[in-house]
Amino acid sequence: MINVGDAIPAQDFPVARADLVRYAGASGDFNPIHWNERFAKSVGLPDVIAHGMFTMATAVRVVTDWVGDPGAVVEYGVRFTRPVVVPDPGNATISVSGSVRAIRDDGLAEVDLTATVDGQTVLAKARALVRPPV
Amino acid sequence: MPVPESFVGRVYPPTEPYLVSREKIREFADAINDPNPAYRSADAARGLGHPDVVAPPTFPIVLTLTAGHQVLFDPEAGIDYGRVVHGEQRFEHARPVRAGDQLQVVVAVDGIRVAAGNELITTRSEVRTTDGELVVTAFATIVVRGPEK
Repeated sequence: MINVGDAIPAQDFPVARADLVRYAGASGDFNPIHWNERFAKSVGLPDVIAHGMFTMATAVRVVTDWVGDPGAVVEYGVRFTRPVVVPDPGNATISVSGSVRAIRDDGLAEVDLTATVDGQTVLAKARALVRPPV
Repeated sequence: MPVPESFVGRVYPPTEPYLVSREKIREFADAINDPNPAYRSADAARGLGHPDVVAPPTFPIVLTLTAGHQVLFDPEAGIDYGRVVHGEQRFEHARPVRAGDQLQVVVAVDGIRVAAGNELITTRSEVRTTDGELVVTAFATIVVRGPEK
């Protein structure tokens, strides 16, 4: 049984350059801002940045880990507010938490997600509609 | 130069059928560092009530990103790709994508507006099986950054 206001378990996800290369290959998004520091800086970015879709995929992990069944995610949307800069050497850490915002008449739960890097929000309006665990 | 208002409502032809394989789902799950067994084991997925391994919620971007290039690289739109930023993304799943699905995408331009000197183009991508079953609808907002002040 879940209730409005329940927190879902928060998690930290490290992201390094190698993750971005792997994501580029798997997703087909080879934009060089995600793997080429020289190019990223030439277009005014501080450094290589993560794919927004990588951050989006990472954030919903707290939901799919919570419910177990990834097929329980009926809707999922985000707004990309700030790029996730990924240093080399080292990594960035995406911190994700969530809470149940509402439970609809049809039993689906609206979950609000918060994703931050170094305390700064990287996703806004991050919300999933989920069939809650029984 | 702004994208012509006449682009709103434009619908692009269906993409070539894409056969979703277990291997592609596993590759994508590996790439997002997600160990969920439902992405790798048909038995695990069946235990959750799915007929085969399912794809992560954001997997449809593999298809819809490419499909969206029809809009971004439409010569009539005149978009400077170097100024394009991904603004928003949302997926509405009729059901999860799963191995064995043969999928096609139809992209439509839902809206164009200007905000703070940037142009915001919203697209709707319907992902259906080749039999016509709607699997997921992806909504994207593409931001074309205006000239630097």
